[in-house]
Amino acid sequence: MAGPLVLEQVRLTLGDHTLLTIDATVAPGEVLTVMGPSGSGKSSLLAFIAGFLDPAFAAEGRILLEGVDLTGLPAERRRIGLLFQDPMLFPHLSVAGNLLFGVPRDAPDRRARVAVALAQAGLEGLGTRDPATLSGGQKARVALMRLLLSEPCAVLLDEPFSKLDAALKGEVRSYVFDRLKERGLPGLLVTHDEADARAAGGPIVRI
Amino acid sequence: MSPWARLIPVFAVTTLAGPVIVGLLFVLLPAFGYLPALGGRSVTLDPWRQLLAEPGVWRGAVVSLAAGMVTGAVSLAITGLFLAGFHGGRAFEAMRRLVSPLLAVPHAAAALGLSLLIAPSGLFFRAMAAFGLGSDRPPDLLTVHDPWGLAMMAGLIVKEVPFLMLMSIAALPQIEAPIRLAVARTLGYRPVTAWLKTVAPVLYPLIRLPVLAVIAYSSSVVDVAVILGPTNPPPLSVAVLRWQSDPDLSARFLAAAGALLQLGITALALGLWLLAERLVANLSKQWMESGDRGRHDLWLRSVGGFGIALIAMSAIFSFLCLALWSLASSWRYPEPWPNPLTVSNWFQVLPSTIEPLISTLQIGAVSTALSFAIVVAALEHELRAGRPAGAWAMRLLYLPLVVPPVAFLFGLAVAAEVLGVTPSLLLVTLGHIMFVLPYVYLSLSEPYRRLDPRWSQIALTLGVAPWRAFLAVRLPLLLAPCLTAIAVGFAVSVGQYLVTQLLGAGRVATLTTEAVALASGGERRVIGVWALVQTVLPAVAFGLAIGIPRLVWRNRRAMLDTH
Repeated sequence: MAGPLVLEQVRLTLGDHTLLTIDATVAPGEVLTVMGPSGSGKSSLLAFIAGFLDPAFAAEGRILLEGVDLTGLPAERRRIGLLFQDPMLFPHLSVAGNLLFGVPRDAPDRRARVAVALAQAGLEGLGTRDPATLSGGQKARVALMRLLLSEPCAVLLDEPFSKLDAALKGEVRSYVFDRLKERGLPGLLVTHDEADARAAGGPIVRI
Repeated sequence: MSPWARLIPVFAVTTLAGPVIVGLLFVLLPAFGYLPALGGRSVTLDPWRQLLAEPGVWRGAVVSLAAGMVTGAVSLAITGLFLAGFHGGRAFEAMRRLVSPLLAVPHAAAALGLSLLIAPSGLFFRAMAAFGLGSDRPPDLLTVHDPWGLAMMAGLIVKEVPFLMLMSIAALPQIEAPIRLAVARTLGYRPVTAWLKTVAPVLYPLIRLPVLAVIAYSSSVVDVAVILGPTNPPPLSVAVLRWQSDPDLSARFLAAAGALLQLGITALALGLWLLAERLVANLSKQWMESGDRGRHDLWLRSVGGFGIALIAMSAIFSFLCLALWSLASSWRYPEPWPNPLTVSNWFQVLPSTIEPLISTLQIGAVSTALSFAIVVAALEHELRAGRPAGAWAMRLLYLPLVVPPVAFLFGLAVAAEVLGVTPSLLLVTLGHIMFVLPYVYLSLSEPYRRLDPRWSQIALTLGVAPWRAFLAVRLPLLLAPCLTAIAVGFAVSVGQYLVTQLLGAGRVATLTTEAVALASGGERRVIGVWALVQTVLPAVAFGLAIGIPRLVWRNRRAMLDTH
């Protein structure tokens, strides 16, 4: 089990204009949903937490994960995973190559972990495939598996279901939330979609 | 970020601006008689008196000025009207595919081909004779080396239109041309007029620096001028090179004054162009608001189409001329093709091309590799710092392209002499970087900046270090544009004449310097072989740049779609 993700007195500003303020604690296994109109700074909030906020913005406050202050750390050392609207599978790597990219370099059994992840995602035997040949649902599962293989301590979700068609949306959504709950990871979801928020089952913040 | 990383853009700019400034300084001093190393110890106007006493110096200067203005205006007009008339159509797609091969042909090879095509005994008049439109003797016309430099301008236009076309095609996605056109068309404007009124005014500022580079280049070109330009008097730049290589060292002062005059002529050409820009802007303002929906559409479109057709035809037939001459044993006028054909020219000439070929490869490979490394480092720095390079940096980048090379390279050669640096392959290679680097940058910067930042972000959130995100994600995703940029840089290096000649002090022989030297000899069979060998190198580079990604990504559909 991981520890909580704490957003302590976070305030994002662009010039003189305050975009948002938020103060919240996300418990392990819980998903906090942040809802707001476009341009309200939702994506900038995720960028700030992940560690690549555009220098045009200014941010105050702290990000704590398992009690450790992340605010000054570079993105690659924060152990915060991120899912975008698009699966963002590296087009130059195979499916297994994408998963291997997620596994920490010093892990002893990297290939075995990838094989297990493929099996868990119901993608046995597809490791050598070109990601461009996968279906939308398969791509979404590979993206999630790649993220989980990198052993994050918290997960950010940037409207990850908004580009899926209606039939697929429900399936992928419950798959993602079940995995996060299973691992006991704190999650932060940014969305327009009320149904996403309900499915996440956690507290909702409107900005 | 390490303090060294901050120095990368500074370094990139110094590589370009530093030599230009040093070069100009060492033109200025000897132009006024001061250069102790050559015995000039006092400031005097003697070099200028000597320059003005040279026969034909003003005529040469006027031809240089005209070459800059005419080449710039005609190339821009043909490019613009063709895009206006054919953008999005089949002719445009055909041209798009032809642009890279046309750009890959070195200036010297293109000029040599054109000279074989339009010479009085060339393919054009042979074809005329074959159709009964001439006698059995070559016409008594000065079609090459004509006193006003028209052949030289034609040779330049054939090469500069593809360059402006490529720059325009690269800029078009930024300005949403289809939406602008759709709005104008629904208001009743005919296609060419719609394009000229809604796309051209936004496109021109984006390709303005390349246009200025074309003018500067054409007003000071040496290799094309030697091959196609007037001979007595020659264009100013050729005269400067001649004085510079005079065994009598005191001619260096004359050459320096000439180089400074060349700088003035190019500045004048650019100044006149900027004035013309204002004039056109004022005149077109009335036309923009006149409500004219396209009375002139048909002939404007015809001019663009005809210009491009002429350029494509002359490029193809020039190439054919080189190929036929390289295979000719005897080719009497007015026979339309050589009979019998033979490969013996190739066997005779090829052995002598090997050494220059090796030097060309060495210089091209090293200067391109260094330029590529500097450009990628600068772009990578820009990406991590999160802000694009400023406008001033862009202008400095163009410095070696806008300042006439004959002026500052002459000064650099003098500086090298004064400092006791012996002309060598290394010095020539470093000199090539000044011209290779800007083109590598121009070619790579857009794709690099356009790459979706989320690719790097996702890599970082997966816990990999920034250098690995660069090596394992950004570089492979940008493989195709990187290889294209390398091919462009290599082609630029292969085509360089003046920098090799001046910094090598005539002692470093490349395919290009040898091909230009042959031009005055007039042995056409030998010229054919050399020009083709010279063209093969960049062609192979572009072929690899297109072929390698297809091979590497044959099982990666998305990698082939996006580029």
